[in-house]
Amino acid sequence: MIIDGSESSLKKFLAELSPVDQVGAEARAAMLATRSIKTTSKAWAIDTAISMIDLTTLEGADSPGKVKALCAKAVRPDPTDLTVPSVGAICVYNDMVKIARSELDAIGGKDIPVAAVATAFPSGRASIAVKKIDTKDALDAGANEIDMVIDRGAFLSGQLGEVFEEIKTIKEICGNKAHLKVILETGELVTYDNVRKASYLAMLAGADFIKTSTGKVAPAATAPVVLVMLEAVRDYFALTGSRIGVKPAGGIRTTKDAIKQLVLVNETAGSEWLKPSLFRIGASALLNDLLMQRMKLRTGHYAGANYVTVD
Amino acid sequence: MSNFEYASAPESKAIANIANSYGLFIGGKFVDPRKGKSFETINPATEEVLSKIGYADKLDVDLAVKSARTAFTKVWSKTPAKERGKYLYRIARILQERAREFSVVETLDNGKPIRESRDTDIPLAAAHFFYHAGWADKLEYAGFGNKPKPVGVVGQIIPWNFPLLMLAWKIAPALAAGNTVVLKPAETTPLTALLFAQVCQQAGLPEGVVNIITGDGITGAALVNHPDINKVAFTGSTEVGKAIARSISATNKSATLELGGKAANLVFEDAAIDEAVEGIVNGIFFNQGHVCCAGSRLLVQENVADEILEKLKARMSLIRVGDPMDKNTDLGAINSKEQLKRIHEIAKSGDAEGANRWSPECKLPSKGFWYPPTIFTGVSQSHRIAREEIFGPVLSVLTFRTPAEGIEKANNTMYGLSAGIWSDKGAKILWAAKQLKAGVIWSNTFNKFDPASPFGGYKESGWGREGGRHGLSGYLKSDVKASK
Repeated sequence: MIIDGSESSLKKFLAELSPVDQVGAEARAAMLATRSIKTTSKAWAIDTAISMIDLTTLEGADSPGKVKALCAKAVRPDPTDLTVPSVGAICVYNDMVKIARSELDAIGGKDIPVAAVATAFPSGRASIAVKKIDTKDALDAGANEIDMVIDRGAFLSGQLGEVFEEIKTIKEICGNKAHLKVILETGELVTYDNVRKASYLAMLAGADFIKTSTGKVAPAATAPVVLVMLEAVRDYFALTGSRIGVKPAGGIRTTKDAIKQLVLVNETAGSEWLKPSLFRIGASALLNDLLMQRMKLRTGHYAGANYVTVD
Repeated sequence: MSNFEYASAPESKAIANIANSYGLFIGGKFVDPRKGKSFETINPATEEVLSKIGYADKLDVDLAVKSARTAFTKVWSKTPAKERGKYLYRIARILQERAREFSVVETLDNGKPIRESRDTDIPLAAAHFFYHAGWADKLEYAGFGNKPKPVGVVGQIIPWNFPLLMLAWKIAPALAAGNTVVLKPAETTPLTALLFAQVCQQAGLPEGVVNIITGDGITGAALVNHPDINKVAFTGSTEVGKAIARSISATNKSATLELGGKAANLVFEDAAIDEAVEGIVNGIFFNQGHVCCAGSRLLVQENVADEILEKLKARMSLIRVGDPMDKNTDLGAINSKEQLKRIHEIAKSGDAEGANRWSPECKLPSKGFWYPPTIFTGVSQSHRIAREEIFGPVLSVLTFRTPAEGIEKANNTMYGLSAGIWSDKGAKILWAAKQLKAGVIWSNTFNKFDPASPFGGYKESGWGREGGRHGLSGYLKSDVKASK
């Protein structure tokens, strides 16, 4: 154990992390954005990105019909081309988990996990009792992954032990039943130093994945934020021998954006992380752009928006 | 494909349009050298001949200086300052318009990665012309007295590491201040200067204001020793700089000399480690280490040395070495066979003197001139690799225990061009910057250039400054010098 579980040892560990230089981190991310990914590597990147998408719908207007349509899309993103891989997961609110699970099972998507946003998503402003019930509810409904939010208010006011305990509690509830993704909501943490600290805090508390954002706050998954989180999982692996996943979510809409994310992974955490078990992209609109770029690579010309399905 | 291999993404050569041969640019026209001699310039990444270049001897140098003198007395000194500025703006805009073409030619002739010529060399060269265009009609307000005067005809000699950028550093301030020039690019990288000659024609610059002569060290010496030049501006090795200083010592010629360096990059225990590692990589592997201000001596505080080295090695393993025309290449070709020999020679002295060499696994192309990114650990101050400029992708790593020891080691060199400080503590950065004897000091960054910022060295790193008001003052006759 790196820390003994006490708040003081946690605080000491986080305080001793190397600082992040904002200018340097942004310059590195900008440099990696200039990588030119063409031909065969672009084709590989597009399929890899599709297989990493957590196809998401998190709207007040979500209905069983909408979720079922999304499930169909997740299993067969392009009905005209069955070589397109299925997506990484479906991500929905708790009450849609059961519908998503049974629909996926019914249409050949048994292997596609369902992720639920629990713990009073997106703000996290509820008592721990409610958050626990929320998580259990998602698990009972058949969720394979829990996307929890951290208490940003507690983090920003220095109550690091409280944030830690909360993640630990949710992790215990998840047990072996579900993977735990911890959403840092980096747009509210603001500084890269905070992003690095929160990343370590979540990993120490038992996160299987660290995730940038809820998608409800901007800025979300900016390249430098993802860079800092990838550095954290890389260094955490060197420290402990366990690989934690990373999930950028929010603002990744185009194939170019997605490929930039894969380049960040490749040249920061390393190619070991380039698989859906260690890297996911939370998105909804992105999938159609990837499909259109995939068609372009195959046929040599751009298809219209009506050649991909709107769900 | 299990790994994310980047497929080759080469920039197109077609845009380069390099002629089979080039004459000398004298009096606004390309002319053949008097004796018809020529030499070849090659692509150092492939050893293919790119073009045949006219060789200027003493007679040609004389013609070029005469052309510059005539242009100075008859045209340029009578051209209103505002008009001079317009020409410079025009040149800057043309450089931007033809940026892609210039980038490709620079990469073919020099061997540097296209990403660097595209994102650094060419945009910065244009920026220098824009910056100095603005000064042309404001010299009276620059703090050099009421009526600062141009020095006259300037002989300029530039190196091969940043061919067009060094040309811009020399020509832009000279023209803004009202001088005319004879410029000699390096023997191995003449092409972008000759392309620039075409830009001068395109901009309608009066004949003879800019003359470009190509050749070797003998051509350069003839230019330096020509009795009718008023100033020498040179960027290159300290050895040649000293020879120039000797040869002009009994004349009225003034000189600006940008010479060698062996910059210390100081990493303190409280530095942002990941960004420091990036800075170290950028400091020594940018432009294959062919940078006079390269951070070639890494001084790390001992208690973080292991962590830094481990991360540095991991990062170095990601450096993509190979075809400079590939947009994803990080480290290109060594500029010449001669330079490669020199890098080999000094690096071998590192092995012989007991330092430990490390390079990541990397496949070097079979043709052309290549050197892998290399670090030496266990280096002490007395090793040759800690004292001499290698001018290649070779980093010497030394350690220090206290800040004072770090500064002492950093300053213990005959050079003093640049230095880097890596710390998250503002007070420590300011303290260290005051102690370091170097012309340029970067904190938490490295190899940042801006036309408004003066550049130059202490000690054997040179005389004078280039860029900013300080750089302009070297091209003006005035009793008032820019305050430091």
